[in-house]
Amino acid sequence: MIYLDNAATTKTAPEVVEAMLPYFTENYGNPSTIYSLGSTSKQAINKARQTIADSLGAKAEEIYFTAGGSESDNWAIKAAAEAYESKGRHIITSKIEHHAVLHTCQYLEKRGYEVTYLNVDRNGIVDLEELKAAIRPDTILISIMFANNEIGTIEPIKEIGAVAKEHGILFHTDAVQAFGQVPINVDEMHIDMLSSSAHKLNGPKGIGFLYIRKGVKIRSFVHGGAQERSRRAGTENVPGIVGFGAAVERAMRTMEERTKKEIELRDYLIHRLETEIDHCWLNGDRTRRLPNNVNFSFLFVEGESMLIMLDMKGICASSGSACTSGSLDPSHVLLAIGLKHEEAHGSLRLTLSAENTREEMDFVVDNIKAIVKRLRSMSPLYEDYLKTGKL
Amino acid sequence: MYSEKVMDHFQHPRNVGEIENASGVGTVGNAKCGDIMRMFLDIDENGIIQDVKFKTFGCGAAVATSSMATELVKGKSIQEALQVTNKAVMEALDGLPPVKVHCSLLAEEAIHAALWDYAQKNGIEIEGLSKPKSDISEGEEEEDY
Repeated sequence: MIYLDNAATTKTAPEVVEAMLPYFTENYGNPSTIYSLGSTSKQAINKARQTIADSLGAKAEEIYFTAGGSESDNWAIKAAAEAYESKGRHIITSKIEHHAVLHTCQYLEKRGYEVTYLNVDRNGIVDLEELKAAIRPDTILISIMFANNEIGTIEPIKEIGAVAKEHGILFHTDAVQAFGQVPINVDEMHIDMLSSSAHKLNGPKGIGFLYIRKGVKIRSFVHGGAQERSRRAGTENVPGIVGFGAAVERAMRTMEERTKKEIELRDYLIHRLETEIDHCWLNGDRTRRLPNNVNFSFLFVEGESMLIMLDMKGICASSGSACTSGSLDPSHVLLAIGLKHEEAHGSLRLTLSAENTREEMDFVVDNIKAIVKRLRSMSPLYEDYLKTGKL
Repeated sequence: MYSEKVMDHFQHPRNVGEIENASGVGTVGNAKCGDIMRMFLDIDENGIIQDVKFKTFGCGAAVATSSMATELVKGKSIQEALQVTNKAVMEALDGLPPVKVHCSLLAEEAIHAALWDYAQKNGIEIEGLSKPKSDISEGEEEEDY
């Protein structure tokens, strides 16, 4: 099997699993208890929290564990909206956010908030001038993702943070795809809140965190206990938190070498695909791009068909086609960067890991070539193109 | 998520291709929603569908329903072909996931569109066949899943 869907989830690293195991077995104590079994758990949480805080240039008490990226996004946006309601009810975000952000904003719109969805350019980058122009006296929150999960584009977060700071507006970023892949410093980038999820960086599923800058007034998300400084009650997911800590330690230690290898593989894959297949192109920015993201549109073919045929060759990939989203509309991200529906339907996302090899990339390219050729041979759109020469 | 039959028809689609000088050709769907089916019929002087071919741009279910639809109408009379409903196509494929039901509607519509083209070309009326909607997917998009 060749796994090229690391933006969906990653393999839990063996050292992460090993770090977690004692917290399923002998170290099962509730961290809120006073006996030493509980203290062992409490210390393990503290250590993980410190590791994560250090990786962001944050303080340990600014890291709040959650069940994952979606929860963190929901919490950040809903709670900020509620906490700053007296100042205003206007939120700025972008058209290419994850649904955890977009649907939360839509939820707030139904409750009387106003949301500006910023456009992005052809490469998926938010325009700072448009952002500045969208700011109003009643704007309480700017939420822009650090890097896009579909096309891998990295947003100008530091610049956005500076704009937010200048206007005294809270700045949240969904860093689920970026954390562990690119260096992040919450102070340098003026980030007030940041969402992350462990399973995107070889950690376990079901654990995430929300960074909340000290001084940001945000309401509790779950009531009923003193955990997470009373802001998110409930007995901690100790093995998950320990695993997250181990995954972050690993991600920071390996980042430079790992992403260098990913970038080499990524650019090799991009080069072969764009030079060897006609009527296809790379989606997203070439340089401001996550190290492991490749996203192509292949004209005249549909994404889900490609995915099934790749799966038959043991290749796991993803697509922005409607058929993979459970609706009839293709990816909102691909439409936002200006693709036509049929171009978005024919998209393929390959997200690598440093464990992939050049040989695997060759195998993948050879198979994509054959699959695109086969699907085009049965596509009425390709038939029309061959007969009329019109795209 | 797909039945074995759907996967079989996707991996080994029957009757893929074109028929030159076909008796009737019908194209339905649109690229916007991600499915386009084109069906070619070769109908003899006795009104029997001697040959049928298709080309489809679409997902696994779109390919499989096109393939199954061609199998169901091949060798049949025009009246028999008209009885091939989306339900019949779905049943023959051992079912489709709910979100893919529209693919089977497209397959039924493709047969009707090809028969309509045949009727137009020959200046005849086929009992029970009305002008097919060229694009059945428009209304579908409003549905909430």
